[in-house]
Amino acid sequence: MKFSISNMDLFYGDFQALKNINIEIPANEITAFIGPSGCGKSTLIKSLNRMNDLTEGCKITGEIFLDGENIYGNIDVNALRKRVGMVFQKPNPFPMSVYDNIAFAPRTHGIKSKFKLNEIVEKSLRDAAIWEELKDRLKKSALSLSGGQQQRLCIARALSVQPDVLLMDEPTSALDPISTAKIEELVLKLKKDYTIVIVTHNMQQAVRISDNTGFFLLGELVEYGDTQQLFSVPANKRTEDYITGRFG
Amino acid sequence: MGKRALIAVTAFSAIVWIILFWIVPLPVIILTVIAWIVLLIFNKELGAKILFIASASAAVIAVGLICVFLFAQGIPAMLDIGVLNFLTGTDWRPTWNPPLYGILPMIAGSLYVTAGAILFGVPVGIFAAVFMAKFCPRRIHKVLKPAINLLAGIPSVVYGYFGMVVLVPFVRENFGGNGNSILTASMLLGMMILPTIITISEHAIRAVPPEIYDGAVALGASHESATFKAVLPAAKSGVTASVILGIGRAVGETMAVRMVAGNQAVMRMPHEFLSGTRTLTSNVVIELGYAYGDHRAALIATGVVLFAFILLINTMFMRIRGRK
Amino acid sequence: MFKKFFRKKPTDRIFFLASWASIIATAAVLFFVVGYVLINGLPHISPALFAVQFTTENQSLFPALIGTLMIVGLSLVLAVPLGVCSAIYLVEYAKRGSRFVKIVRLTTETLAGIPSIVYGLFGFIFFGVFLGWGLSLMSGAFTVSIMILPLIMRTTEESLKSVPDTYREGSFGLGAGKLRTVMLIILPSAMPGILAGVILAVGRIIGETAAIIFTLGNVARMPNNLFDTGRTLSAHMYALANEGTHPGEAHATAAVLLIVVILINALSSRVARFIKA
Repeated sequence: MKFSISNMDLFYGDFQALKNINIEIPANEITAFIGPSGCGKSTLIKSLNRMNDLTEGCKITGEIFLDGENIYGNIDVNALRKRVGMVFQKPNPFPMSVYDNIAFAPRTHGIKSKFKLNEIVEKSLRDAAIWEELKDRLKKSALSLSGGQQQRLCIARALSVQPDVLLMDEPTSALDPISTAKIEELVLKLKKDYTIVIVTHNMQQAVRISDNTGFFLLGELVEYGDTQQLFSVPANKRTEDYITGRFG
Repeated sequence: MGKRALIAVTAFSAIVWIILFWIVPLPVIILTVIAWIVLLIFNKELGAKILFIASASAAVIAVGLICVFLFAQGIPAMLDIGVLNFLTGTDWRPTWNPPLYGILPMIAGSLYVTAGAILFGVPVGIFAAVFMAKFCPRRIHKVLKPAINLLAGIPSVVYGYFGMVVLVPFVRENFGGNGNSILTASMLLGMMILPTIITISEHAIRAVPPEIYDGAVALGASHESATFKAVLPAAKSGVTASVILGIGRAVGETMAVRMVAGNQAVMRMPHEFLSGTRTLTSNVVIELGYAYGDHRAALIATGVVLFAFILLINTMFMRIRGRK
Repeated sequence: MFKKFFRKKPTDRIFFLASWASIIATAAVLFFVVGYVLINGLPHISPALFAVQFTTENQSLFPALIGTLMIVGLSLVLAVPLGVCSAIYLVEYAKRGSRFVKIVRLTTETLAGIPSIVYGLFGFIFFGVFLGWGLSLMSGAFTVSIMILPLIMRTTEESLKSVPDTYREGSFGLGAGKLRTVMLIILPSAMPGILAGVILAVGRIIGETAAIIFTLGNVARMPNNLFDTGRTLSAHMYALANEGTHPGEAHATAAVLLIVVILINALSSRVARFIKA
């Protein structure tokens, strides 16, 4: 197990956004979180690399273990985020060149050698399947890329520090179908090296790419299990209602 | 350590630091810088954060210093002269023996020119702001916006100079008197507060939710009625705030007023708007250069009165702008 | 717009006319002031006006120009780091609504509202008399830098706030610390806005008179060192206008001052527009 979460509650001020979450996320598999908007799925994924720390008034109780270590214990948050990379809903390349975007994180973590950086940039872009498209445009501003390219660049950027886990918060919601397909293909390919947790509002996407699925509703984890099983024979009535489109 | 304890410790060390700084300034500065650099090497994040906090305190320290130094010198002088004598005395004779320090003529002067500036500047400013926000074709707006910014950027000596060579003769020839008058200063100040009023009012009018305009038009109001009877009242607090800020500018304006107002420290009545007057600001600017002793203290006290007016106006401004 | 005019109700007609009249009056003020100063000033601009040494005959503005540059440079060195750092604290570090932030905001607004003569008075008492710096570059620059501090803080704050949060998330998500995120991601993105604010501040310094004449002084020569007196262009203009003995030179100096201010304004809005590009 990569992550194991037990008895986790999360509050924004007085509002309880997550209620008693217990979940185990296996290594080298793709785990999808689905549910209607506002159900807490994004909140949960952001807890896995402590991005919630940035939100004022956010309080977490319970435990989240990453490889047996409590990430809400006394740890270096920046080292955690290096191990647990994240890709966001909207592509967010920095306003600098393609090369500098990828090199930013390795530089942050102390790599100075030009040679090494070149190597990392090429490898990350290759892993994100965008090297061929961008190898002649490394010095161009990342903001000049198309939306789909920007998102794959962001994936490459997340890979640049060789994380164990890749968190993806609705990574295709701002993209067209062709770019979406490319990213799904990429995610499937990355599975053998990374543990991937993906939040999606698109149930078809969860079926297509994930191994496990968790269904969230109003801050509760309603059902969690093998994707095929959950979508074919859901154990819970609310899950069934949601995946058959009765609400949400 | 509790939050309160942390604040207490910080405040205590700050006081100790200030006292030490008072006694041996240079070594304390050097030691502080060295300590900070060590901290920066040891813990970059904390070192930087402390630098940022220290910078943010600069504004607080500056206001503190300004208040302390103005009040520490102005208030004793005021008490010496007698607060009532100072504020209500109609004679300013610093060279007499004994000297007379009454600043009522200057308080009145400041009030007159400010009132005049409101008269000239506010209606034009508000209508112009409405025009900018609601009537102005986009292409004209693109030209007017930088023009109004430029109007705000013209130095007050240039306005003052313009007043001296254009407005003063204009008033002299058309209204009589020698031209250096309350009227001239009011006209000039009215021009100078225009950009303040226009910019802030326009902003406030644009911030009115479109539903208010749409609602009025849907009830059959014309563009003009909807704008003036629905949108403008909705922007009331912002427009009022702009007027108050404009008043602050007018009360505080120094050079331009000094150059056109005649500057006689004589008590005037409102109907003498063609005679010269002296404001609180020009009283300081005219005499501070050569004053010493009690005279200088009286000028600082004048500054304190001006400062008090400004603080009052600022507080009103913040109150009204804070209201939504 | 005008075609429909006579179909309007009388009150609407008044509103419509008043708005147009007001904006025309405003534009007229600008054109009249700028036009008058330039038309009367430009013909009087001569090489003698830029002579290195000031004499009573040439009324050279050159020493004042150098003095202005010195004051501008020194004040920016003091105020820009301070203002940018405080804005960074307010936007990136401070908890919203904390008491310290409220106090800082209150004092910044107070500073912004204080008239320049009060700054002059304070600078005179504090830097000149209390610290014993007399009429000098140091007194002038310190006074003026307090004066422009709120402007720099406000513009920096606004441009920091306009940097999208997704940049912050992206950087933190890669394990970058706060300082690194601020220095390498946020500040560079906010730079055009900060620069526009700094240029505006330069405009304010150049236009300042009342705070200058009691701190820097108003002597027609270049300051030789940090504790020497001098004058700026505005102070020079003030002296010329008051003496009234050299109307030609006064006109010319006003024109030069105005041209400098117009250029600064244009530069500032050009840089600010760069943000959107």
